[in-house]
Amino acid sequence: MVGVLVLLSLVLITISFRSGSGGAVHRVEGAGATVLRPFEVAAERVARPFRDVYGYFAGLVHVKRENSRLKQQVNELRQQALQGQSAQEQNRALRDQLKFVDSPLFPADYAPVNTRIISWASEFEQQVVIAAGSDSGINQDTPIVTRDGLVGRVTEVTGSAAQVTLLTDENSAVPVRDQKTDAVGLLRHGQSEGSLLLDFVRKEANVQVGDVIVTAGTRSKQYPSLFPGGILIGVVTSVGQSDTALYKQIQIDPYVDFSALDAVTALITHKRTPKAP
Amino acid sequence: MPADAAKAAGLLFLVVVIQLSVMANVDILGGHPNFLLVTLVCVSLLRGAVFGAVAGFCAGLLADTGVFGTLGFTALLLTVAGYWTGRYGETTGRDRAHAPVLSIAVITVLYQISALVLRYMLGEPAPAHHIFGALGPTVLLNLILTVPVYALTRRLLRPREWVTREVRLLG
Repeated sequence: MVGVLVLLSLVLITISFRSGSGGAVHRVEGAGATVLRPFEVAAERVARPFRDVYGYFAGLVHVKRENSRLKQQVNELRQQALQGQSAQEQNRALRDQLKFVDSPLFPADYAPVNTRIISWASEFEQQVVIAAGSDSGINQDTPIVTRDGLVGRVTEVTGSAAQVTLLTDENSAVPVRDQKTDAVGLLRHGQSEGSLLLDFVRKEANVQVGDVIVTAGTRSKQYPSLFPGGILIGVVTSVGQSDTALYKQIQIDPYVDFSALDAVTALITHKRTPKAP
Repeated sequence: MPADAAKAAGLLFLVVVIQLSVMANVDILGGHPNFLLVTLVCVSLLRGAVFGAVAGFCAGLLADTGVFGTLGFTALLLTVAGYWTGRYGETTGRDRAHAPVLSIAVITVLYQISALVLRYMLGEPAPAHHIFGALGPTVLLNLILTVPVYALTRRLLRPREWVTREVRLLG
């Protein structure tokens, strides 16, 4: 009996591993996820107040230092916002004059689908399941964000649920750019949990601590990006380079707190993404 | 027996839901409590090897589908965990007060290491430094869960009355 179950598990692992994101196994998973979904939503709702209370007291520990840092940041951002607003209006006017045809722009050309995380994978995987699927317009590779920035992309989808692979997953790679210097690189998971690394940034690029990193959008015909440009990622915390390394070693502190994800937004666009001929 | 199976199925279904939607995101001192594993070990200790293996397989399969994971991955680990704990409960661990605590500690370590090895064999990310670093707190959290979970499971599934056979020596 036990031997049969072990054998069955091994067969399932083999089929699941070989079939990828399609086939009968995917349908079984979809059915299982659909059955579990209402219960997971209910459990999450029951647990939320307790989690909020824990988060409240955990947050109190650093609140004073954080408050003074945020006040300073608000002043800086207020000035930047004023400058950015006028630049944006000028940019819009110039685009109108040029009859500029563009790919979908974030956030204007994207419709948000707000949803909640209903389950987390094990500590081995940086993946979560959200309570919205293809019925809500979510597809494979749909970008997922929070108000803080980019979270990840959809890697599996059923009618009522979808699996999201986070930026901190080993298999994630996002083309990004430095908002100030326009230096481009590839964002990957870092060594410690929740940290991110900016890779393939040329040594000549003048990236500095404190620079804001955003998604680059598609920059190369060979490597089209799944993410629209301009979504916030995080801030540069350290920049290093050695004589032997080809690229700079840059660490990013993400704006999104991946350990405290709750509600997320899927970005759905109906505007056609241009494809290279 | 069917009543036991129904009770265990209901309990494990509830535990899978709680594990996936609440416990999987709990991080205390780097450790992640595994409510599902703790409950399965308690069920297996009370109901034996075959019951434990079947319960582990079903619960693992449900957990795999709930997170779009590799189907059969958790099922395999929990089947073996349920079987081993059940055997221990039927033999050496029978009527021993420390059996649940000892089983949880050993099974948690073996489960984490087996999961790591299996993931490595499947070519999936297997962050050994992270798992070994979190092993101590995870074992501790699971041990804390053991006392209430075992008490609850024991109320739900009454311990078996072990039949003692009388042996008469001939001659």
